[in-house]
Amino acid sequence: MNPLRAIGAGLIALLRSAGAVALFAGQTLAALVRPPYFAGQLAQQIFKIGFLSLPVVGLTALFTGAALALNIYTGGSRFNAESFVPNIVAMGIVRELGPVIASLMLAGRVSSGIAAEIGAMRATEQIDALHTLATDPMRYLIAPRVLAGVLVLPVLVATADIIGIYGGFLVSVHTLDFNPTIYVRNTWDFLSDWDIISGLIKAAVFGFILTLMGCYHGFYAQGGAQGVGRAATNAVVAAAVLIFAANFLLTSLFV
Amino acid sequence: MTERVKIAWKNVTVGFDGRKPVLNGLDLEAYEGRSLVVIGGSGTGKSVTLKTALGLIRPQKGCVEIDGKPVRPGHEDDPGVAQIGMLFQSGALFDSLPIWKNVAFRLLHAEHISEDEARTRALEALDQVDLDAHVADQRPGSLSGGMLKRAALARAIVARPKILFFDEPTTGLDPVTADVINKLIVRQVKNLGATAVSITHDMVSMHHIADDVAMVKDGQILWRGSLDGVDSCANDEVCRFVRGESSED
Repeated sequence: MNPLRAIGAGLIALLRSAGAVALFAGQTLAALVRPPYFAGQLAQQIFKIGFLSLPVVGLTALFTGAALALNIYTGGSRFNAESFVPNIVAMGIVRELGPVIASLMLAGRVSSGIAAEIGAMRATEQIDALHTLATDPMRYLIAPRVLAGVLVLPVLVATADIIGIYGGFLVSVHTLDFNPTIYVRNTWDFLSDWDIISGLIKAAVFGFILTLMGCYHGFYAQGGAQGVGRAATNAVVAAAVLIFAANFLLTSLFV
Repeated sequence: MTERVKIAWKNVTVGFDGRKPVLNGLDLEAYEGRSLVVIGGSGTGKSVTLKTALGLIRPQKGCVEIDGKPVRPGHEDDPGVAQIGMLFQSGALFDSLPIWKNVAFRLLHAEHISEDEARTRALEALDQVDLDAHVADQRPGSLSGGMLKRAALARAIVARPKILFFDEPTTGLDPVTADVINKLIVRQVKNLGATAVSITHDMVSMHHIADDVAMVKDGQILWRGSLDGVDSCANDEVCRFVRGESSED
């Protein structure tokens, strides 16, 4: 096959997918603002995406904070800058690692789950059934999940921030002999409001991305069980890549 | 007597991804208060015919009209949405909801009636399809195939629709259960005075539920007539299909 043709075909497919995702996102936003609203569905999704993700997000943040403290101590000691451990742990967690790590964990847990659930509904004609029951699937299935992601991710990331900083604190105090009072004061004094807010804005955007990718790939799943599996995989990969890309863009805006 | 056309497929053409059209200028009418059964081999466009009337597939050419108004996929003023009930081949019940909420789904979410009233009407609908009230709080996963079909039928009739669609209603059922479902379909269509459109491969089912029969081949209507005429029709292909004989005999 002509390599130029292959590149062109790939590019067209990429643009077509981007257009389809953009259209789906637009339909989702329209479904979010137009009634009817399904409050019960929203509450259920907040519980599933938010509450049930707390253990995985908490544990990940704890270990990330602890490992970050050790690495910063090792690097800082080369410049006699060990005392900056609390400051850099706090800033690294709140601005970057908290939102990104939590969102990546949720991409694995939530995006794949949503894609599999909605994909299975597609395969078993449940989405067609919604149409015939005079219920718009965009409003009943998609909008509550995406809204739940946008609302819940900042809360999860705030929790991850606290637990991550605590992980760094534990290691620093018990292994690296930091004074706990000074550690906490350095952390608190160093962080600005914007550090925290920018991390939470990132979290909301990542929540939109990871739930949207789960919904999109599930909604357009084809081909039975194999298609559902493919939808779940594609949802995770697309969500992870878009989260990294969005993180770079948002960090560029926020610095 | 002139019968009133309830649903009309007018020159409907549907194709996917540049392949040969699945429906190729299909013209068909379903008359008010009568039961039309669409038969035909696999891949001839029966399901697509049904889905165009439901607004789930948009024709590239032509249109489907209900009561003389075109079906408008995705629009809330779609003439079909307000008056249809649909029994899917797999039942398509929502796994996450108990049976009564499945049955009452339209009442709760589209007609916004109270939960108590919706439950009462769901239980009535379950009774009409001979399902006990204890099934109401079970999940679809715990029911047998026949019970699932009955629950799905209850969901289709609960809002007293004027049009009922049945997609392969007896597929996957044993002959006795299939007979039960056929009788329930006939009874419910009669009770509601509804127009029914079914697609099936099951000739026993066709003989039970049809007033009129249409056979689809290559995306077009090959033959159409009353049930009485299907066994004696002059079209050899239709006769062979109804008798279950291949053309190589």
